[in-house]
Amino acid sequence: MSAVFNLHETFRDDFSYRNSARAIRRFPLPFSEDSYMYSVNIEPHLPGPPGSVTEFAFDVDEHYVAECRERAIVLAAEPLRYQALPHMMSSQWDCLELIMESLARDYPTHFSLAKQGNRWHWINRPLQIDQHFTFGDTATLPRQPLDYITRQAQGDFVVMDQREGDLWTEAGMVTTQADWSLDFDLGMTFKEWHGPVPLAHELGVFDRALKFLLNLRLGQPVRRLNWTMTIHPRLDTSPENYPQWGTDRATVTAQNAGDLVHLRVELQGLWRLPRSNAIVFGIRCYLVSLRELATVPKWARRVHRVLKDLHPALVDYKGLTRYRDAAVEWLAPFDDGSPTTPGTAPE
Amino acid sequence: MNDAQTIAVEVIGIEQVTPQIKHFKLAAVAGGSLPVFSGGSHIIVVMQGADRIHKNPYSLLGSPQQLDTYEIGVRRMEESRGGSHFMHDRVVIGSRLEIAHPVNLFGLDKIARKHVLIAGGIGITPILAQLEDLHGGGVPYELHYSVRSAEHAAFLERLRRREGDRLHTYYDSEGQMIGFETLLATQPLGTHVYVCGPAGMINHVIATAKACGWPDSHIHWEQFSAPPVGDAFEVFLARSKISVQVPPDQSLLESIEAAGVEVPYLCRGGVCGFCHTRVLELDGDLIHNDHFLSEADKAKGNSIMPCVSRAHCKRLVLDL
Repeated sequence: MSAVFNLHETFRDDFSYRNSARAIRRFPLPFSEDSYMYSVNIEPHLPGPPGSVTEFAFDVDEHYVAECRERAIVLAAEPLRYQALPHMMSSQWDCLELIMESLARDYPTHFSLAKQGNRWHWINRPLQIDQHFTFGDTATLPRQPLDYITRQAQGDFVVMDQREGDLWTEAGMVTTQADWSLDFDLGMTFKEWHGPVPLAHELGVFDRALKFLLNLRLGQPVRRLNWTMTIHPRLDTSPENYPQWGTDRATVTAQNAGDLVHLRVELQGLWRLPRSNAIVFGIRCYLVSLRELATVPKWARRVHRVLKDLHPALVDYKGLTRYRDAAVEWLAPFDDGSPTTPGTAPE
Repeated sequence: MNDAQTIAVEVIGIEQVTPQIKHFKLAAVAGGSLPVFSGGSHIIVVMQGADRIHKNPYSLLGSPQQLDTYEIGVRRMEESRGGSHFMHDRVVIGSRLEIAHPVNLFGLDKIARKHVLIAGGIGITPILAQLEDLHGGGVPYELHYSVRSAEHAAFLERLRRREGDRLHTYYDSEGQMIGFETLLATQPLGTHVYVCGPAGMINHVIATAKACGWPDSHIHWEQFSAPPVGDAFEVFLARSKISVQVPPDQSLLESIEAAGVEVPYLCRGGVCGFCHTRVLELDGDLIHNDHFLSEADKAKGNSIMPCVSRAHCKRLVLDL
């Protein structure tokens, strides 16, 4: 991605967040056909085409600086959005290593990492950070390692310890979430954490996903896409702050849906961590308004059809009940009934 | 896994540490560090034999802090199908091998209040690396190491030097036995036990711990089975639409791979369950040798772990 950051955009108050034409074209549309149902849609996290959101392990895009600032705002008000249980320290260092090495390798103009044994030197140019520290020695960093590095990364991170044939949610940085709470879920097993998801348990999705993840291999990360919708480009739709955003959903009409309603896509990546044998789950959030989305004719037709026919249980679970009809009505003029080509490319 | 993801290594050290065990040091051919790992991990070593490829799991026994080399210990198996003999007889300093990234199926529990480690013979290898993870961690632990006699006690000097009075050794030759009943009945709540060694020892530790009221979640064990030899039989791969002959001294997984069909696997020792395969038809009996399927699942006879299990039949049809 280019070095140009949207330095001043916001995800609250005046909501000045916008996508450039280039950002729209690379948006990770999660619908490969005109309808949607859950599946274990996990694939190897291999490098995608140049310029795509999967070109590198962690995508750094035009929203990087603004998203890091938004994270700092949330953490200042609610420090418990970052938590790590004491036995997760080795996994914290694993995460710091993974993120620093990936960013320095993939974006050398923005980040650099120099190592002399355990003495590391990290430079983050967009955020103007220059840090010498000793890998493994928490006292040499201004914050805990996971806290430190995820304040410099886009997307949420959850670290799961593996024991007793299960995965336990025991550390994380969660400030850009779709209505779930790390503070509430900390310490839960994999299926407890996913308890509220409808239909998928009955489909056996979590049995298969857990079995797959328990055998996730070092050096072979995987990814999947998930999605929901959000009113305004608001990253922090947390249960803690529900009073601030819940009522937004009652303000949507067929006239303003194009600007208020955003498709919210999570690029979820999963990596086995080497020292701790834990798994880090990255949840990178992309937001696009229906108006931005409709600049791609195929996507407008497809999203119109997916929303119109979405299973009622998913409409409720994703919190779309109040405004789904308005969004469908706003998108309807873009759908002339002509077929869409397979796959998600904008064509 | 497939072989595109292996790492080329060179053997840079070999030491005969007991009459049956050789200690190998491996370094990356490309130079630099090998992947970081955690104590209890194993690697698959890929050996290019004269007429076939051997792929055996070996535990990493070196320190996870020292990544310029990986260390493994290989016991020469009497009934070897080739892998351990290849390592003992054919591999010399300078030999090149392929290895897969480490996998940990025998990790330490990070919320344990205490660790009790029990090793029998070659079972000391994964525990050596677990000990490295425990050093300086502040959680109490003790090691009980049982061998036939002093000359069979691999890595004993290393253990004595590092573990001091945490190490308890037992020599069969002198009639010394680990008192499992007392050991397991007197541990504080929150203790986890880890055992690696002969099948009899593992089964005894599990049974004793359960009898003492230990929860399953606090009992850890690892035993890689070598695929036993057996009768020849024919397997038909329903999706690939090919027939494969499985000779007596080759495993089902190896035979399928030799026919060019890839089966996902991790441990090749009947532990992880990754190669779990559906049985569609069978005109005889399955011979389950894995530690993954429950007795009930084994009795159902509708699935198999081709890495170590085989069949006594004329024809087996698999969903592959």
